[in-house]
Amino acid sequence: MTSSRATGSRLSWIGAVPFLGYVALFLLLPTSLVVVQSFADAQNRPTLANVRFLAEPYVVSAFGNSIALSAVSAVIGAVLGAVLAWVVATGHPDGTLRRIATAVCGVLAQFGGVTLAFAFIATVGTQGLLTLLLQDLGLDLAGPWLYRLPGLVLVYSYFQIPLMVLVFLPALDGVRPQWREAVETLGGSTWQYLRHVAVPLLTPAFLGALLLLFANAFAAYATAAALISQGGVIVPLQIRTALTSEVLLGRENVGKALALGMVLVVAVAMYLYARVQARGARWLR
Amino acid sequence: MTAPPHLGPAATSLATAPERTGAGLHARRLRRRKMVRGVLLAAFAAFFGIPLLALVEFSTRERGAGGGRTLEAWKAIPQYPGLPEAIVASLQLAALTSVGALFLLVPTMVWVRLRLPRLSRLVEFLCLLPLTIPAIVLVVGWAPLYLWINYFTPRTYQSTPLVLTFAYVVLVLPYAYRTLDSGLSAIDVRTLSEAARSLGASWATVLLRVIAPNLGPAILNAALLSVALVLGEFTVASLLNYVNVQVAMNAIGQAEARVAVAVAAGALMSVFLLLFLLSFVGRGPRRVRSTR
Amino acid sequence: MTTSTTPASAGTRAGAEVRLESLRRSYGAVPALDGLDLVLHPGELVALLGPSGCGKTTALRLVAGLEDADSGRVVVGGRDVTRLPASRRDMGMVFQAYSLFPHMTSLENVAFGLRLRGQAARERHRRAGEVLELVGLSAQADRYPHQMSGGQQQRVALARALAIQPTVLLLDEPLSALDAKVRAQLRDEIRRVQLEVGITTLFVTHDQEEALAVADRVGVMNSGRLEQVGSPTDVYHRPATPFVAEFVGLSNKLPATVADGSAEVLGVRLPLVDPRAEPGAALAVVRPESVGLTPAEGDGPLVGTVVATSFLGAVSRVRVDLGPVGTVLAQLPTAEAGRFAPGARARIGLRPEPVVVVRPHE
Repeated sequence: MTSSRATGSRLSWIGAVPFLGYVALFLLLPTSLVVVQSFADAQNRPTLANVRFLAEPYVVSAFGNSIALSAVSAVIGAVLGAVLAWVVATGHPDGTLRRIATAVCGVLAQFGGVTLAFAFIATVGTQGLLTLLLQDLGLDLAGPWLYRLPGLVLVYSYFQIPLMVLVFLPALDGVRPQWREAVETLGGSTWQYLRHVAVPLLTPAFLGALLLLFANAFAAYATAAALISQGGVIVPLQIRTALTSEVLLGRENVGKALALGMVLVVAVAMYLYARVQARGARWLR
Repeated sequence: MTAPPHLGPAATSLATAPERTGAGLHARRLRRRKMVRGVLLAAFAAFFGIPLLALVEFSTRERGAGGGRTLEAWKAIPQYPGLPEAIVASLQLAALTSVGALFLLVPTMVWVRLRLPRLSRLVEFLCLLPLTIPAIVLVVGWAPLYLWINYFTPRTYQSTPLVLTFAYVVLVLPYAYRTLDSGLSAIDVRTLSEAARSLGASWATVLLRVIAPNLGPAILNAALLSVALVLGEFTVASLLNYVNVQVAMNAIGQAEARVAVAVAAGALMSVFLLLFLLSFVGRGPRRVRSTR
Repeated sequence: MTTSTTPASAGTRAGAEVRLESLRRSYGAVPALDGLDLVLHPGELVALLGPSGCGKTTALRLVAGLEDADSGRVVVGGRDVTRLPASRRDMGMVFQAYSLFPHMTSLENVAFGLRLRGQAARERHRRAGEVLELVGLSAQADRYPHQMSGGQQQRVALARALAIQPTVLLLDEPLSALDAKVRAQLRDEIRRVQLEVGITTLFVTHDQEEALAVADRVGVMNSGRLEQVGSPTDVYHRPATPFVAEFVGLSNKLPATVADGSAEVLGVRLPLVDPRAEPGAALAVVRPESVGLTPAEGDGPLVGTVVATSFLGAVSRVRVDLGPVGTVLAQLPTAEAGRFAPGARARIGLRPEPVVVVRPHE
């Protein structure tokens, strides 16, 4: 009996082979290629040249831009998203607003790429709907700002805010009405409730969401690529250049080094996210 | 014992003041909150609604400064060189990817639940990994892999975008995994399959005739989510030099903005439709459970 | 005040009188509270008892100021507080469950109200420590709520409410989320602390045993109205209305004939709680402990078959099937109940205690 079960469990590993094989080939192999070849030249000899390339001023500035863009869009997305989440959370728990809002946010959080870029070009571009409307009022929206970092911040908010709503709503739902009433009966004002109870309680969830939004913006490529057709203001666009332009001698694996850099930044953000999240989850069950 | 310190003379005078007319404190607070919520909701609705509106508006503009409306751009879609092919390619990719992801995930996840519970954490980790690795990073890793795939593809099929399926299955893995996992958690896989096995069913029968029907909504959910993701995918296709609808759209954008915007609006509408369908599918089984 | 903060000295203060005057409150068209009048004497513990939805929680929340009354007044110590926000009513409240701030230790939770009053950290922690001691939780001062049992959390909640030295203590089903054993323990604990502090207390519960055990007086509520207010003994033995008779305690409803100021039940004449009851056919509400049992042979209107016995510790309850009359529940000492195993024949005896009668159609 025991021996047959043992054989069974040894054989049952076979059931997981297709999945593990596929994941190894199309997920783990490419990821390790990025890591390994960052330290290799075209002939697969070890070198630090690619990594040293990361120190070049325009690469450093691309990382700086990427981090700044991600941070600003994360803060804006987190603050506005938290406000929207509050609007949704204070509505009826089974109400229409909540159902529609969560469904729409689910769609918009995944929404990006070329379509999103086009939507904003059609809104605030030179010939955009809002641009033309405001022109009649004597306001000039048009300009190159949409195709630079400020434009990206605005456009990224479009998927960052909904993502924040999805991530933050469960935390808001965990805030019990008794806490507010307890503060009231103990003599506290709304302001004191916010300062001593609501804000400290929600801070871990908020910081966690902020990190998630940061990683989300940092990894985004398609929207930026559609808005900015050339150059490498941010790291993903640098990678585009590295992948699509003529390969310079000795720089074959520079794209991989850039990718490695991105992985490291995202990994740090996700690690912090996991740490912060675990803390808040204990409070808001 | 006198009044406690925080209840000073001010409070006392407030208490003895003649009754104020009008509704109470809480009613006033609720009214104020309702107003603030209304204003905020309108602002957010405008921020999210106007760009979508603009998309449709832009695509129906008449050429020139006339300000009239026309469906010209929409009608141009089927004739635009390369565009129909790109749309078909994206639809095929969507179908292949959802089928591929389901075939990869459903048997594995059921098997792991039944026979290899020790592996469940690993499978979960691997499935959610693509969430933490940016797609653009994966593209960098896929580039050499796709050189090999290209090398081994017969000449007639070279440059077909359908090979993107391999990459797309990885991209949809986290989403498909989550929906399937919640679906599997809702049914007792072990009891179901043991019951079927004891009646003499083969593993294939168990999977296809017993588990799959019970998992129906979750499978549909995962498939729809995969379709939505693939229809909007741009990063991988464009950087690996394959043409799907998003890549074609982006290219047209330079030359014929209105047609490109029309395609974008169309793609968006179909994705919206899909995901709204999905939100109803997702509620189906829950409603059944609650009435039980 | 700042010097007299020990629990012992807190006990010397006399509580305030609380008057609820024709309080009304409705949610939309549904009246939750339909004109409630109730006076809590200084230092008294009054329990509001009733089924869910009877308005007892609404009453408590109106007193606390967590909801607005449509009309009526709340007067505490002669001062009308109806228009005051909850934060200025100076009432300590204990909620059903999960009301502790999860990011604060017990001590910080208890000290929180004093912190809101701007008391210095050292002073408020000293005071919080004393109140924690009063509820017997000094050892748990540094624990977080999620590290404590439900019963301990409710004690901390009680300490938190008392730390601000409120004029009134409000308890909103504070025991309902706990399991039976802890519930009985904490119930007595609450009563002990309440007596020690001498604070006027309103205790809302749906559990009659709880209400009868701790309260000086019990108010029984039904659909937004107070049916009866009285001592636990009064409410139990002399229910003023059929609803109270049925809601408080287990009871048998037996066919009766009312005549000449007494009721005839199963051939036995019993005095009436309310001698003015209308003559004629009625149902008499008879408590299980007023029913006696003796072993019997043969038949008769008072003889039946034992269908079930339930052991409740010192006493047991025996259900006897009397045929056309229905079943009757008797409560007797467990030692005696041994003679009445299911299937045995038993004769019912009714003790001549006053009964309440209800019209049959009710």
